[in-house]
Amino acid sequence: MELHELSLTQAVDLLSKGEVSSLEMTQAIIKRIEDTEPQVKAYLTLTGEAALDQAKAADQARAAGSAGPLCGVPAGLKDVLCTAGVRTTCGSKILENFVPPFDAFLVKKLKEAGMVLLGKHNMDEFAMGSSTENSGFQTSHNPWDLAAIPGGSSGGTAASVAAGSSLFSVGTDTGGSIRQPASHCGVVGLKPTYGRVSRFGLVAFASSLDQAGPITRSVADAALVLSVIAGHDPADSTSAPRPVPDYAASLERGVKGLKLGVPKEFFVQGLDPEVEATVKAAMAELESQGAELVEVSLPHTEYALPVYYIIAPAEASSNLARYDGVKYGLSVRAEGAGLMDMYLDTRSQGFGPEVIRRVMLGTYALSAGYYDAYYGKAGQVRTLIRRDFEAAFEKVDAIVGPVTPTPAFDIGQKVDDPLQMYLSDVFTLSTNLAGLPGISIPAGFSSAGRPIGLQIIGPHFAEETLFAVGQAYEQATDHHLRRPPL
Amino acid sequence: MKISASEVAHVAALARLRLSDEMSAKLTEQLNDILTAMDKLAELNTSGVPSTNHALELSGAMRPDQAGESLDHERALANAPDSDGQSFIVPKVI
Repeated sequence: MELHELSLTQAVDLLSKGEVSSLEMTQAIIKRIEDTEPQVKAYLTLTGEAALDQAKAADQARAAGSAGPLCGVPAGLKDVLCTAGVRTTCGSKILENFVPPFDAFLVKKLKEAGMVLLGKHNMDEFAMGSSTENSGFQTSHNPWDLAAIPGGSSGGTAASVAAGSSLFSVGTDTGGSIRQPASHCGVVGLKPTYGRVSRFGLVAFASSLDQAGPITRSVADAALVLSVIAGHDPADSTSAPRPVPDYAASLERGVKGLKLGVPKEFFVQGLDPEVEATVKAAMAELESQGAELVEVSLPHTEYALPVYYIIAPAEASSNLARYDGVKYGLSVRAEGAGLMDMYLDTRSQGFGPEVIRRVMLGTYALSAGYYDAYYGKAGQVRTLIRRDFEAAFEKVDAIVGPVTPTPAFDIGQKVDDPLQMYLSDVFTLSTNLAGLPGISIPAGFSSAGRPIGLQIIGPHFAEETLFAVGQAYEQATDHHLRRPPL
Repeated sequence: MKISASEVAHVAALARLRLSDEMSAKLTEQLNDILTAMDKLAELNTSGVPSTNHALELSGAMRPDQAGESLDHERALANAPDSDGQSFIVPKVI
């Protein structure tokens, strides 16, 4: 097996046994980046030389007996995460030359655990999108089929993990931005419970919805990464002050006796027949292992899309007010122009079309005369969506269903129709609105060879249940072991 | 029409965005489509339903008021478009 085909847990195993050094592994993955980037375009920034130094330091740390749980493993990170001294663009021209003076909390945790940073992954601008086509710099390609989108907004990240140009990674998910690209690229993607991972140092999109989580090649890998990045952070008042469980221990619990809810609202018109067949086969596999499938209803599912596209743009319009050309980022200052001109020119030239659309939508929804009809109403319906899940979780331990209505679509297919693009998140949005954890697990392929994921959603802080169910499914199948033809 | 061209211009001003005529026309059309889809929410009777602003109710997020690690002037100003080493410099306001 080539080093770029390894899962994270396999890589950690080889490194800890001394069979491969971090320097060798890092060199191999840098070579893989050189081989795959011309087609996949997963990275915006590469830090190869610094990575080799970090790899040597990791080898020394291991020799000295102080290896952390990710010691010497090379990986890139989604470019929404602040990395001290390494350019962080968030996919936006307005941050094209921004070099953060600090690390995000979770980046600090990954570094303390010994990760070697290879660079930063492409994404939709400010994490707004489902395909990376909204990136201010480039569109990433799906390693399974270069004509297909990799999903978004963490599309560069999922494509990179699938291609082996990163042995694991961390993305962020505001409405599906970890799970949807993971599903489309045939890798595992976990959006943890809101508050499980600190948001400090994540470039903010919608603060009541944003959550960072692992994108990996196996469920065990995701459990390992979450155990490193989860935990309370005094710098994020919304991070949960509760202990981090031993996630690895939850992997072998099995599904015998678990009740898995099947929401009838997830199996409706518009669901691609191949996705439906694949997800139902996965559910049958879990049933054969002793899980009980129970039909549940989430009656307000169809309202999640309008609720989300009011709340997320409203929060974004407020968060993105900080890009004013004063403290950092692009600043357009025409000769003799005043302060207002600087604001207007900087923002209009720095933001791409989708960001402008959402800032406009959010500003409108919050503006005088419309607040009650849009933002106020959306907050109330958000309560109804949350209550749907609470009622379902009185009957079942977790919910299973599709991640996306269709396999990855073609690059360019939906670029002129924002409303159609928004529909790709129809099964993932509601978990963000309710703050719940959700995971996408590779469950098969379409007849055209594009990956299809299974989504598992749990109650707040039930990541262990997601790992148990995911691992049970993964042990019985080999979808997660297949590698794209690159 | 959910939103008129003049409302789009008003919202753009609130959001500190300068839109070309072409972009304004396209946005007016797209925002109308999106806002029409939002009308679905009006189907629901939500009288008496409290609003959810955060999915998890965390209380007591206060911490002692102690000075922690912070950025010095050099690092804080490192990304500034213009500065004198002490402050951010902006175009003339008055």
